[in-house]
Parts: sequence; structure tokens; C-alpha cells
Amino acid sequence: MDIIAWLTDPANWTGQYSIPKQTLMHLVYSFVSLGIALVIAVPLGLYIGHTGRGENLIIGSANAMRALPTIGLLILLVLIMAPRIGSSLAFVIPAIVVLILLAVPPILSGVVSGVQSIDRSVIDAAYGLGLSRRQIVFKVEAPGSLPLALSGVRGAMLQIVSTATVAAYVSLGGLGRYIIDGRAVDDYSMMAGGSVLLIALAIMLELMFVVITRVVVSPGLTRRSQKIKPT
Amino acid sequence: MNLDWVVNHADEIWSLTVTHLWLTLSATAIGLVISIPLGYIAYRFKKLHFFIVGGTSLFFTLPSLALFVLLPKILGTRILDPVNVVVALAIYTVSLLTRVVADGLASIPHEAVDAATGIGYTSAQMFFKVQFPLAIPPLISGLRVVVVTNISIATMAAVIGVAQLGTLFTIGFTRNQLVPIITGLIVCLLLSLILDRLLALLGRVVTPWRAVTHQGRAG
Repeated sequence: MDIIAWLTDPANWTGQYSIPKQTLMHLVYSFVSLGIALVIAVPLGLYIGHTGRGENLIIGSANAMRALPTIGLLILLVLIMAPRIGSSLAFVIPAIVVLILLAVPPILSGVVSGVQSIDRSVIDAAYGLGLSRRQIVFKVEAPGSLPLALSGVRGAMLQIVSTATVAAYVSLGGLGRYIIDGRAVDDYSMMAGGSVLLIALAIMLELMFVVITRVVVSPGLTRRSQKIKPT
Repeated sequence: MNLDWVVNHADEIWSLTVTHLWLTLSATAIGLVISIPLGYIAYRFKKLHFFIVGGTSLFFTLPSLALFVLLPKILGTRILDPVNVVVALAIYTVSLLTRVVADGLASIPHEAVDAATGIGYTSAQMFFKVQFPLAIPPLISGLRVVVVTNISIATMAAVIGVAQLGTLFTIGFTRNQLVPIITGLIVCLLLSLILDRLLALLGRVVTPWRAVTHQGRAG
């Protein structure tokens, strides 16, 4: 099959626009955006979850972001910002901004619903033990919110990886390049090869999250430990 | 903002909107029709639950652009065929709705099922007269999310050239004009808002018993 021929062609694995380099670019954009989104959304989520203030903000932002076509937002930002920035960053910055905007609502709602899912008696017990508010937020609410928070982060990651592909349309590097460039020169095997790589990347990141969830979530919060518990 | 462009291209905007609506709604309808039996099987047979719900939700991992590109190979369609977009969106719909259907059926009060069993309902009657109607409220909330998501994802197909509202974004990009892009964004948002409200309304119309209980007849 021509897709396999494209994927195994040594010429596609070396040079400036090689598969490893584009994959790396894709990962760099994705993780930079995810990192910034986490820095914004996690503290805000912990605050909202702890105080219960501004919950409408989350529902509103999640719905609005879901409805807003990211590719439109991306192109709009590129056209507005590109003349002002001028360098190659003219495409990178709007893309990162859009990816962050996309990632914040799912992380935020994951953290908030994670905090809210904690059994009230656990928090009361923590107060009873004499923990300060700060300790409650960081030692009880933050770890307790992890199962739902991580599934929010996973959703955000998924959206980012998918949308970073479309950003190739506005000249951003990454695996989307093969789809856009392949379309431009009418090379279907290039487009399909890029798509296969993209799917592989998405599935690998998904698996990575399964592993991370297993490692970081306290066993006391998962069903795994309940099986051991004597009844 | 220069609105001349919008006025001059009203016909084009309208036809792109109609196409967009058609793509999204047919995909959502197909996905719904597939996810109801799948969700029912997952609910009835607990051993299959993990595979069906886990398997279908995995499809949401697939990046949309990759699907738009690979589906022609699998379906034997042309790359610009709108069918690819419909199938991709239907896959996402199944991916999101199967769990909703299974969870929705599981959330039905036991009393209702027991009462229906008691008066001799067959399993078909049970499904169509008791279980499905009672699962409508969560199903409608799921559908609202799906429709809005689909409207947004469909626009991505514009970057490989399939015409729908996303085309307004690529037109704006190639001609360096903001107006088509803003128009596209506004039309997409309006479409999402209208469909979301319509589905919410539909949900209320088809579940008249909820209005009654909400007025406190039970209490």
C-alpha cells in the first residue's frame, strides 16, 4: 500500500522536515500549550472548587469553547496578530493562544468537579484534625480531585493534539504539515501517512494518561483498593 | 466592520449554512440511531459494557483531520466527498452517545421497571414504553453536547477543501479579510445556540411527565 511505502520511505525520516522532527514539533506545541493551560486552570479550579464561587463561569466557558470553531478563531488571531509580530512567531503565538483557550475549560471543569466530588465528611474530618485551609486545599482537595481533574486534562490534551494539526493550515509545523502539504501537491499517501502518524501519537498520549492516572491517583480513591478491603 | 461583503455574499453564506446544517444533523441522526442499540446492549449485558463503552469512547481520540483524510481510503470515496465528514461526525456521535445511553438506562428508577414487569410488559414494550422514554432527559443533554461539538468539528474539514461554514474561514485567510471569518464564527455560534435551545425544548415537549412532577404533584 502506498501509505506504508510513504511511511517507510527513508527520505521521509531524515532532513529538515523529517517525521521525527515534525512529531517533536507537534509534541512541543502541544505540551507548551498544555503546560500554560495547567498553570492557569489548576489554581483557578482549586479556588473555585474550594470556595464555590464562579461556578457559572466554568459552565459558560466550557459551552462557549465547545461551540466556537477553533480553526476560525485561529485564522482570525493569525490575521490580526501576524502584521504586528512579523517574525515566524506570527503563526506560533496565535496557535498557542488558541490551544490554551481550548485547553483551559476542560481542565478547569475537571478540577472543580474533582474537588466537588470529594466526600464532604472527608473535608470535615480534615478540619477536625486541625488542618488549615491551605493544608485542606493542597493535602485533601487537590489529591482528591485528581481522578476527575486528570480526565479533564486528558480531554484537553486530546483537543490540543487534534487542533495543533489544523494549525498547519496557518503554517505551523507538526504532523498536520503532511496533511496540508499533501493536499496542496495532491499527494494522498503523504496525507494518509501523516494521518496515521497523528492517530498513533494521539493513542500513545492516551495510553500515557492511563499510566499517569494509575501512578498519581491515590489507591484509596480508586476501586482497585476497595477489592482488597475486608467486608 | 464592512458589511458589504456579507450582503454581497448572502447567497453563498446561506448555502454554506444549509450544507453545514445538513452535514451535522445527518451525522448526529445516524450516530444516534447506532448508539441507542449499542448503549442498550452495553446496559443489558454487563460483561460487554466495558468493551462497548470503552471501545466507542476510544474513537473520540482520533483527530478529526486524520479521520477526514483516512475515511476516503476505507470508504472508497473521493477526498472532497462530504460523506467523509458525515461518517467522521457520526463516529464522534457514537463515541459520545453510547455511554450516555447506557448510563441513562442504568439511571432509571427500579420501581418503574418492576411495575412494568408486574403488569406483564414484554422486553420490547419495556424498552419502548418505559426505559427509552425515561432515558430521554439524559439522552437530550448528551445530544445537545454532541450537536454543538459536531457543528464546531465540521468546520475543520474546510482546511482540506470540503465546503461548509468553515470555508468562510479559509476564504478569509486566503484573501486576508476578517469579515468572512467573523461572519463564519457568528453563524456557527448562532447555529449551535439555536439547535441547543431547540433540543432543550424538544426534551421538554417529549417528557411531559417531568413538568408535572416538577410542580410538586408528588410532594
